[in-house]
Amino acid sequence: MADKRMAGCTPFSKAEMAALVAADIPEGWHVNLGIGLPTLVADHLPMNREILLHSENGILGMGPVAQRESADPWIVNAGKQNVSLVRGASLFHHADSFAMIRGGHIDLCVLGAFEVAANGDLANWTTSSDDRSPAVGGAMDLATGARNVWVMTQHVTKSGEPKLVEQCRYPLTARKAVGRAYSDLAVIDITPNGFSVRAMAPGVTPALLQDLTGAPLQFP
Amino acid sequence: MIDKEVQDVKSALAGIKDGSSVMIGGFGAVGQPNALIEGLGQLGVRNLTVIANNAGFEADIGLGKLIGTGAVGKIICSFPRGSSTFDQRYRKGEIELEVVPQGTLAERIRAAGAGIAAFYTSTAVGTKLAEGKEVREIGGKDHVLEYALPADVALIQAWSSDRWGNLTYRGSGRNFNPIMAMAAKLTIVQTGAVLPLGTIAPDDVITPGIFVNRVLCVPDGDPPLASTKDADNG
Repeated sequence: MADKRMAGCTPFSKAEMAALVAADIPEGWHVNLGIGLPTLVADHLPMNREILLHSENGILGMGPVAQRESADPWIVNAGKQNVSLVRGASLFHHADSFAMIRGGHIDLCVLGAFEVAANGDLANWTTSSDDRSPAVGGAMDLATGARNVWVMTQHVTKSGEPKLVEQCRYPLTARKAVGRAYSDLAVIDITPNGFSVRAMAPGVTPALLQDLTGAPLQFP
Repeated sequence: MIDKEVQDVKSALAGIKDGSSVMIGGFGAVGQPNALIEGLGQLGVRNLTVIANNAGFEADIGLGKLIGTGAVGKIICSFPRGSSTFDQRYRKGEIELEVVPQGTLAERIRAAGAGIAAFYTSTAVGTKLAEGKEVREIGGKDHVLEYALPADVALIQAWSSDRWGNLTYRGSGRNFNPIMAMAAKLTIVQTGAVLPLGTIAPDDVITPGIFVNRVLCVPDGDPPLASTKDADNG
């Protein structure tokens, strides 16, 4: 761990973060997993629960990334990888797909984040330091439309700045959208009273977590 | 007799001119009508407004290649990343960009085809992409006014067609294609097969022929297998 403040801590690995998210998804939910860390959640879904994965390009019931030999070139996920379909999957066009999202039919969306504010504001689509063209994809629709929005993120930036903050500095993806954040140090609910800690990684203390967070934490 | 099938790319694209607005179907390489896009690049038309989800990927194929020819003056899309030809022209100020959230883009297209002039959505409220747009509180929640997005032409890809233009799709190849077919004055289809009338069961038709003007059979138009490292967020 590069950050000296974290000496003595055992942060959650990416796989452990994904397993924590997966364990919290109830039977029967329809779930959209964003690119990056959230994609890993698919590998940890409990076998004894029927959870349907949605891909915004028109798939409900998406299976794992396809092996090259058996891949169908006509089936890709939102990350443009060839994927498989589970038994019972359905296919549809983009307007129907985003009706599922915007209409509140998708139970959960798991997204990455640059910043999450204590009031649930989410910034995850563009940074002012980014000189490339702005590109939003489906992030705003998902963050606004899904019934629950959970975020997976490292707790601090590479330079040690908090990513859970009082107020986002980067351009917003959606206002008051995020319900829960899974970081490498803790699982934190966003409540009407701000950040509320549900769990911490081994060795993390309340004082340390507060030190690495940009807004007050509650420990119920 | 209604017969929408045309025999070559040139007849398929007849009438597209400088300044036309052109919708292009596809998400990634799937459902992207590359033969039609290639042909469009060879027409020599300029200042096109392209409406698509992305701004192309590879520089030598499809939309990426079209942008490289300098034919496109403006692009309306949700995710212009991963396209070197777009990046070069965007940095030089040679191409105008309107970024639209993906679901709002789809619904603006759907609305255009369905005769809906505009709609209110909560997507993008309070963000940069809602700046300058009317916001109205409905049911205790803020919404942004978004206008229908029609086009002169739609270039789409289907799995199969008949001579009336009834279309089926395959896999995730539906994406923007059925809604773009409805939203353009002139809808041009690239398909792998033109089947005898009646071969496509009525239950299987996804886009009824009423939305289609021309059909071009391109038997070898399957998308390539995706490279395993491709992972672009949208």
